[in-house]
Amino acid sequence: MNKEKSIFSPIKAWKYLAKRPVTILKKDIFDVPREASDRYRGFHQNDWEKCLGCGTCSRICPTNAIEMLSVEGLEDKEGYKNERPAFDYGRCSFCALCVDICPSDSLGMSKEYLHLSKDTDTFYFMPDSTGIHGDSRKAGYLRDEVSELLDLERYAMDMEPVERKNSFMEIVKGYSLEKALAESARCVECGICTETCPAHMNIPEYIRSVWKGDMKEAMSWLYKTNPLANVCGRICTHKCEGVCALGHRGEAIAIRWLKRFIVDNTPEDAYDEAALEFVTEPVNGKIAVVGSGPSGLSCAYYLRTLGYEVDVYEEKALPGGVIRYGGPEYRLPEESVLKDIGIIEKAGVRFITNTKVGRDISLDKLRNDYDAVFLGTGFSLSRELKIPGYEHEDVIYAIPFLGQTRDYLRNLAEMPEVHETAVVIGGGNVAFDVGRTLIRLQQTKYNKDHVSMAALEHREILPCDIEELEEGEEEGIRGHFGYGPAEIVIEDGRIKGLKVQKVISIFDGEGRFNPSYDASDSFLIEATQVFIATGQKPEYAYLDDEMLANITMERGQLKTGKHGQLEKYPWLFAGGDIVQGPDIITGVANGHDSAEGIDEYLRSLRK
Amino acid sequence: MREVKLFLGPQHPGMHGNYSVHMYVDGDIINTARPTPGFLHRGFEKLMERRHWMGNLALIPRICVPEPDINEMVYAMGVEALAGIEVPEKAHWIRMLVLEMARIAVHVMGLGFIGGPTGMYTATYWAIAQRDLLLDLFEELTGARIYHMYIVPGGVRKDIPEGFAEKVLEKMDELESRIPEFEELILKHPVIHARAKDNILLPAEVVWELGVTGIGMRSSTGKKNDLRKVKPYARYDQVEFEVPTAEYSDALTRLNIKVKEIYQSIGIVRQVLAKMPEEGEVRVPVAPGNALRWTVPAGMVYSAVESNRGEYGYFIVSDGKEMPYRIAVRGASYPQGLMGVEKYLKGYRIDDASLWMDSMGVCSPEIDR
Repeated sequence: MNKEKSIFSPIKAWKYLAKRPVTILKKDIFDVPREASDRYRGFHQNDWEKCLGCGTCSRICPTNAIEMLSVEGLEDKEGYKNERPAFDYGRCSFCALCVDICPSDSLGMSKEYLHLSKDTDTFYFMPDSTGIHGDSRKAGYLRDEVSELLDLERYAMDMEPVERKNSFMEIVKGYSLEKALAESARCVECGICTETCPAHMNIPEYIRSVWKGDMKEAMSWLYKTNPLANVCGRICTHKCEGVCALGHRGEAIAIRWLKRFIVDNTPEDAYDEAALEFVTEPVNGKIAVVGSGPSGLSCAYYLRTLGYEVDVYEEKALPGGVIRYGGPEYRLPEESVLKDIGIIEKAGVRFITNTKVGRDISLDKLRNDYDAVFLGTGFSLSRELKIPGYEHEDVIYAIPFLGQTRDYLRNLAEMPEVHETAVVIGGGNVAFDVGRTLIRLQQTKYNKDHVSMAALEHREILPCDIEELEEGEEEGIRGHFGYGPAEIVIEDGRIKGLKVQKVISIFDGEGRFNPSYDASDSFLIEATQVFIATGQKPEYAYLDDEMLANITMERGQLKTGKHGQLEKYPWLFAGGDIVQGPDIITGVANGHDSAEGIDEYLRSLRK
Repeated sequence: MREVKLFLGPQHPGMHGNYSVHMYVDGDIINTARPTPGFLHRGFEKLMERRHWMGNLALIPRICVPEPDINEMVYAMGVEALAGIEVPEKAHWIRMLVLEMARIAVHVMGLGFIGGPTGMYTATYWAIAQRDLLLDLFEELTGARIYHMYIVPGGVRKDIPEGFAEKVLEKMDELESRIPEFEELILKHPVIHARAKDNILLPAEVVWELGVTGIGMRSSTGKKNDLRKVKPYARYDQVEFEVPTAEYSDALTRLNIKVKEIYQSIGIVRQVLAKMPEEGEVRVPVAPGNALRWTVPAGMVYSAVESNRGEYGYFIVSDGKEMPYRIAVRGASYPQGLMGVEKYLKGYRIDDASLWMDSMGVCSPEIDR
């Protein structure tokens, strides 16, 4: 290009003197600030109502600018942590990855781009929804489905309903390696699940181990707080999944199935090594455990890791309690139970079966023979439902029915008597266990099924797990929810059906269980067998009158002190359903807690 | 005369970024030039090994400040190649839009910044104002003016906002109408001619010796070596553009080519907006799980794009974990900015030193990285 212009050509530029400048004048910076674009990544805003305190923002932050600080006086809610993110704008790079990954959608960024202050402390602050300058109107960058950094959908693996109701084969097939890795990669490691789990299992840690592919490490994490990994990997009530941070915008992590993946995929030797790592020589004392249900097994295992000799007394022929005789085979196969109990046996726990404390051996004798006693006898009896006709022989209770079915599948008992039609009273998990077991038995015997169910609660508020309800209905349970049992109609000595009536309310004005019915809305559910699954109750035959007088009871449960220790009888500890619960994981937690309590108690005696 | 040691930079209006050259001068002739990099060394390559694949997004744009998008692009291309993921069609076009807008922004700035070493600040002010109007577009699209963090492995971070294409076209028309003023002000100016013509030569031998790419190479060898043409990425094979070249490379020739490239880029932006699919997704996840646990299969890959200064590449090694094992950056201005300064700055006058740095296309953070 040739030079054509003279040295004065820049004078042309003078025409721009008359034009409005592109730049912002200094005097306008504060008074007439420029509005940033809608996506502007300015200072953070955090909606405290939504914020879980999960800290995912602080973990994704590439510059470590986010710190989770606990906030005094924040309401303690399950599924929430009392922590909120604080931002250091000396470090923040305004990348907004924290916004994109926020599981609760509470974080956003404002359009504010200017913060001037001589006080450097103002550059470190904990934002609420009004942001750094208390102006909530200027929302800027927000997450959308394109910028999403979470994986919100669960990796599925269920079996088809038609296929599954023909047999007692386990319904859930378990994850393949690929799917387990993918599912475990969804975890944000917030640990809210750990706080909620009654046993405070190290959930993020073992999920991380799965993700790394280190099954032995994962197994070690499981046995730190739960020796019933197989059982809980299958039939735990998974309260953890209810509070999972991912559940707020998507589906919770399949924590239970990942636990199951660990137990199913750990090589035998690594399994034993991890599970028995801390089992030591029995040198510290001798403990009796009454009842071999979850709390008893858990207590026994942890006592072995603390160096105690443990004898477990079991009334039935096989140890395990509810996990042996309660949970149905299609959810909890026999191998799983055997595996868990096998490990506890390998840990050196002795099982004394067919021995009922209070009948074959007295609690007094245990007291004399052992240093301490743990009671984990559970809710072993069915709660009766006294409606007209309840004494008919075709009225069957859930607990003996489920127990007999388990024994039948072990070839230890006859097949339970099932008719072509049956109705189940109850709406909890046990009721569904009974209903779905019935469907399978009916299919085996008659090649067709007809099972109805009546529960006081509406479908939306049934006390069972949602999976149970969905799977049960898929399998063909005919639910009559919101209808209470009025009468078992008997004709010619045979049950004709169950008369139900509409429930108006379940609890009375004072919050006590006292259902009221609308008698005008009633009908007959036809069935020739009635199954009652309306709850269980404990049996305290082993406690003598003096002890019964000295122990406080509350709704059938014992009132205990710390570690499940009984106040008047310091050598006696209790856990599981007779103290808390009822569920398996609480029993496991109680057993572990009491094992530590027993250790503490016995060491205090030696001082 | 006695030899005197002078420092050019790291704080100097004629220097590009915090880079320093120690000059031993005799009179006003440079006898020895010693480049002193490191003022912008923040250890990016090492830091990247301690960040998640996604977290690196906040880090990489800083490796070249005026044109950050090339970093995001090479990184994304590398990760996608390793992970074997297919980027959605629309994302390719959005990426090209971003890359070409960035090229225009940085060329406009480079053109105006010739005013620094030559003393004509009007050009600099004009250029910065024009660039800022482009940054407004970036702000609207990406949420930030400089560090866009927009091109991510798997696509782009957000879809283009409604009415954005019209705004871009409007800006392009406006810019196109202003470029002749720039040409008149800068390229035809006698002072610039006096300083830039037949000065700061880059002979073909030096290109081959140092490994200079980009405008430097094209201006002196006449080869149309532009990665967008010779090894097209995104959808550059579906747009038409010319690669301007020359066979005699002085500072003025290189400025000239810059202007021609701005016109070409404006043309590409228009084609991109015309050809971009209306609908369609713009991002796919890199791996299952959340961004904290994205893993990239083990392997190594070299990805490169054409930056305003030449071939810009990342060599990425993954060991299959959630963070890179190693990332090495090929800064486009590394050859001329480090070796070139040492070897070929001597013999020039002191006041040509900053012109040398400017017209050779040196971006100091990518030398230091």
